[in-house]
Amino acid sequence: MIESAPLWLTLKLAFFTTLILFFVATPLANWLASKKNIFKTIAEVIVSMPLVLPPSVIGFYMLLAFSPGNAFGEFLEKYFSVKLVFSFEGLLIASIIYSLPFMVHPIQSGLSSLSPSLKEASYSLGKTKWQTLIKVLLPNIKSSLLTGIVLTFAHTVGEFGVVLMIGGNIPGKTRTASVAIYDEVEAFNYHSANVYAVILIVLSFLILFIMYLLNRKIQVKYL
Amino acid sequence: MIDFALQKKLHTADGEMYLQIKLQIESRKFVSLYGSSGAGKTSVLRMLAGFMKPDNGCIKMNDAVWFDASKRINMQPQQRSIGFVFQDYALFPNMNVRQNIVFALNKNADKNIVDELLELTGLTMLASRKIETLSGGQKQRVALARAIAKKPSLLLLDEPLSAIDNTMRAQLQTTLLQVHERFNLTTILVSHDMDEIIKLSDTVIHLEHGTIQQSTTPAEFFMHGNNTQVLTGNIISIEENETQTFTIVLLNNRMLKINSTEHDVNFIVGEKVEVVYRNTVPVIRKL
Repeated sequence: MIESAPLWLTLKLAFFTTLILFFVATPLANWLASKKNIFKTIAEVIVSMPLVLPPSVIGFYMLLAFSPGNAFGEFLEKYFSVKLVFSFEGLLIASIIYSLPFMVHPIQSGLSSLSPSLKEASYSLGKTKWQTLIKVLLPNIKSSLLTGIVLTFAHTVGEFGVVLMIGGNIPGKTRTASVAIYDEVEAFNYHSANVYAVILIVLSFLILFIMYLLNRKIQVKYL
Repeated sequence: MIDFALQKKLHTADGEMYLQIKLQIESRKFVSLYGSSGAGKTSVLRMLAGFMKPDNGCIKMNDAVWFDASKRINMQPQQRSIGFVFQDYALFPNMNVRQNIVFALNKNADKNIVDELLELTGLTMLASRKIETLSGGQKQRVALARAIAKKPSLLLLDEPLSAIDNTMRAQLQTTLLQVHERFNLTTILVSHDMDEIIKLSDTVIHLEHGTIQQSTTPAEFFMHGNNTQVLTGNIISIEENETQTFTIVLLNNRMLKINSTEHDVNFIVGEKVEVVYRNTVPVIRKL
């Protein structure tokens, strides 16, 4: 039996992860793209960790941290009545951390590719760092911004390990499409697994296709 | 008046260099910084603009202290009253010509200056054009108009005309001079071009290895100074008659005919050579 809930949940998770990450990753990428020091190198390593670590490692430690049995989880539950384990909010935080490099890296590399004189020209005209970022730098790296947004969205759609560790498999709450496929295979419902899988393949193809199409348009406009 | 003393250890292509200069420039003067590559000219401009922090020293613009190492004052570029014209123009590609100039103005500033600047720099017809559709000369006009839109006290020009062809360069030099006078600017220009320096500046500062060698009028400097300018070019032909040999060298798209009778060295056509100006007299040297 195919349900639409896991698919909607997947899209909802991907949408909010991308939205929040865009606002978190942009200033972070701007900071990382400017002059290097040892703190920035350490920060770069931390941001890139999800690329090399198995999702289960990140999921495991987040599960421990969010668990009400531990200090952080207990603090959240006691003072904010927030329970992150096996909840959509917990899933969202885990996704944001896990997808961080997919948003930060394209934006950072876009900003690094701009001539430093653009930033300096804006400063010499009396504009603050913020004004420079919003009005000068970001509009000139549209292609990198689009790459970051699409990669984050697509990557979140395809998340499995972290989602399973933090969210478990609660229908309508934390059961995303990737978890549903695993579940259906476990129950030998290959047909249902196949339908979910095909939908994910088509969705991923469309997302990436639109990204490449738009990127081509941006490049044509600026060349 | 701008009064500054700057000290900074610089890392150049030839190794470490210690820049140490002290200078006073009167208001409304046009000063050129001249010297070989790596002498520290651009670094001086960058320190005045606040893009580079000196190790020691101070910068005073009229009554305002922009930098004072002993008092730990280092005003940000945003707070300094400067206009900076970059060698690579540094125009914002996401804005058209007019928007680039408007960007420089504060919210409440009088927007009439934009039209005045467009007219002064000959850009009125190009106001709505995108930056990538402009020629090098046009781009540099936009950069100049943008740099003076907020009426700075100090205009800093970092080899602004080096990538522009000769005809356009002569026109832009005239525009530069008009702008300098019209807006009562104190201007510092980094340049390698002798004609440009003579045409534009009141004073030329000769900088080598991070220190000032000479500070005088352009005429005095190029006629009688200890100045040696070195340019490289290619020999395109050698003409001989009974008494003289003329070597024709292509230098920066200009043909230069040099009487080389006095030289023993045999040059060949196509050879890359150095042309050394010793007090305005060109002499060819093998590389």
